[in-house]
Amino acid sequence: MLDIKNLHVAVGGKEILKGLTLSIQPGQVHAIMGPNGSGKSTLSYVLAGRAGYDITGGSITYNGEDLTALKPEERAAKGVFLAMQYPVEIPGVTTMTFLKTALNSQRRARGEADLDAIGVLKLVRAKAKTLNVSEDMLKRPLNVGFSGGEKKRLEILQMSVFEPKLAVLDETDSGLDIDALRVVAEGVNALRDPSRAMLVITHYQRLLDYIVPDRIHVLAGGRIVAEGGKELALELEAKGYEHIIKVPA
Amino acid sequence: MSIAAETKSQVAEIGEKYKYGFVTDIEMDMAPKGLSEDTVRFISAKKGEPEWMLEWRLGAFRRWLTMKEPDWARVHYPKIDYQNSYYYAAPKNTPLKQSLDEVDPKLLETYKKLGIPLHEQMALAGVAVDAVFDSVSVATTFKDKLNEAGVIFCPISEAIRDYPDLVKQYLGMVVPVTDNFFATLNSAVFSDGTFVYVPKGVRCPMELSTYFRINASETGQFERTLIIADEGSFVSYLEGCTAPKRDENQLHAAVVELVTLDNAEIKYSTVQNWYPGDENGLGGIFNFVTKRGDCRGKKSKISWTQVETGSAITWKYPSCILRGDESVGEFYSIAIANNYQQADTGTKMIHLGANTRSRIISKGISAGKAQNTYRGLVSVYGKAKNARNYTQCDSLLIGGDCGAHTVPYIESRNSTARIEHEATTSKIAEDQLFYCLQRGIPQDEAVSLIVNGFCREVLQQLPMEFAVEAQKLVGISLEGSVG
Repeated sequence: MLDIKNLHVAVGGKEILKGLTLSIQPGQVHAIMGPNGSGKSTLSYVLAGRAGYDITGGSITYNGEDLTALKPEERAAKGVFLAMQYPVEIPGVTTMTFLKTALNSQRRARGEADLDAIGVLKLVRAKAKTLNVSEDMLKRPLNVGFSGGEKKRLEILQMSVFEPKLAVLDETDSGLDIDALRVVAEGVNALRDPSRAMLVITHYQRLLDYIVPDRIHVLAGGRIVAEGGKELALELEAKGYEHIIKVPA
Repeated sequence: MSIAAETKSQVAEIGEKYKYGFVTDIEMDMAPKGLSEDTVRFISAKKGEPEWMLEWRLGAFRRWLTMKEPDWARVHYPKIDYQNSYYYAAPKNTPLKQSLDEVDPKLLETYKKLGIPLHEQMALAGVAVDAVFDSVSVATTFKDKLNEAGVIFCPISEAIRDYPDLVKQYLGMVVPVTDNFFATLNSAVFSDGTFVYVPKGVRCPMELSTYFRINASETGQFERTLIIADEGSFVSYLEGCTAPKRDENQLHAAVVELVTLDNAEIKYSTVQNWYPGDENGLGGIFNFVTKRGDCRGKKSKISWTQVETGSAITWKYPSCILRGDESVGEFYSIAIANNYQQADTGTKMIHLGANTRSRIISKGISAGKAQNTYRGLVSVYGKAKNARNYTQCDSLLIGGDCGAHTVPYIESRNSTARIEHEATTSKIAEDQLFYCLQRGIPQDEAVSLIVNGFCREVLQQLPMEFAVEAQKLVGISLEGSVG
């Protein structure tokens, strides 16, 4: 589904990703682990198409298509979703309005009819319940005054409403206590699907206790330096990044 | 080449983009170019006015000759040649129509393009429309229902003939003939406008609405509106306008006067979408408007809500004189300036009575190379004990070449007054835009969404009929403003 080959990315003229190669099949959950500054967030932004992240080499193929040729909103309509590390606030725009606008923008781009207000309401309410997102949160302006846990739950709610084909979760565990982490992880696990691929980016092994990946990649210095099954996470936890980075598996 | 045909070809040359940029080909009945006592007499005669009205106009005109155009606003424009303009244009042969069937089909077609299907939509929406086409009111609906309630809603030219006592009593009472250069000009040459009188204790059974439209080349538009809410009455009035495209600057100098007696309330909402000029700042309407309400009675209330997206130049300060004890004034404003538009707008809240309250919420949005100024005055007089004011001025900048300016004046001559002022300036952040894009919302829609959120408190004040249109307008007027 997603094929990244020898990807080089520069930000402000400085090379951050230096030949990253990665491939994910539908139904798989992959984890990217790595120390701070290794290029994890850069990877997530490049996949989503954020401006200012210049691809200087390599390729990203998504369902046989050159992903880099698509605008960010086109990628979203084609099923690319990025759960952000720092979800932004949009004052005055209620969460429900935002969800409706986004959902219908995606549907329109795919040539589908708009869902009316009641349809969206029903859909969102049903999904919100399982993620412990209150009715009140849906009425409040998007992310304004939300706690860290509320913001992350809302990201997962959006993922569940948009039903993406490729979901990238950028440090979704950061800033969460253990209870919030569990709710978020359960939400993610409920979305595991044979047709859906997920890329879970995290600094800590902790999240992977709850979201068990099929494969783990260790990113350091802009490259994948180690790969393995879920046991790799435990090794990292025990020995630290330095050990792995120095002695590639 | 007739004027209409000429502008038509001009429009074709300028090209598209402005959605409402079309010209209706209807023969005009014009006053000679230029401004003199003869022009004033011509207009007054055209309207079949009584002698006292002509004298009133001539008094204003003579006064105007002695006045200087104000230059204190933060707007720059080439000097207006008042002698190079027409001051009256009316669709030909239009005695008052009894029904819409008598209205020129071409005119109705124009309204249709504007999205104002008089026939059906107004009936469904329960809105009475006093449609102003250029300077003469052509069709008025829902008269019967309003008659039943005793509400007078008619062209002001008609009111001058049919209700001279009311007009004599109130015209120029809130905005005196001598008030300011543009108001005085309007007093001399106003062509038509709307008159509303809501009798004691009557809640007007429907929203009143007028659509203004400029449709003759080089014709200044001088509307005059007078709304009187007698004791214990309520009326909600909607004013909205779109203008066809032009490359000549057009002067628009309206005067609106509102009066509320004891316990009465007027809610006045405007969506202003005059042609703003093109991307290079060519053309567009000059909009110099004097709007003022007099809360004459105890516990009366006047609420202004405006969405200003159009015009090359906007000079406009809808104000409230809080004369009655415990009266309330409100001003909710969204001013959007894009490309080379210049807006200098705000309000004056004059607290004269005790326990008077006012609230000002201003949202200014600047994009392109536009300059947007909030200019406001809160003045508390000596007898206005316990007067309260809350002011909030928020500015939003889109791009790096535009400007936002906030000029609040506060005067208090009473130590019991409490005046609060808050102001913020922000930019649409790149991360906000990216977040929207990532969720599938295209750029223009994302800007519209964020700006609508920024304006929410004001949009909420609009009646339903306008809220949807206004939200769309906010989006349309900022299309392509982000790189």
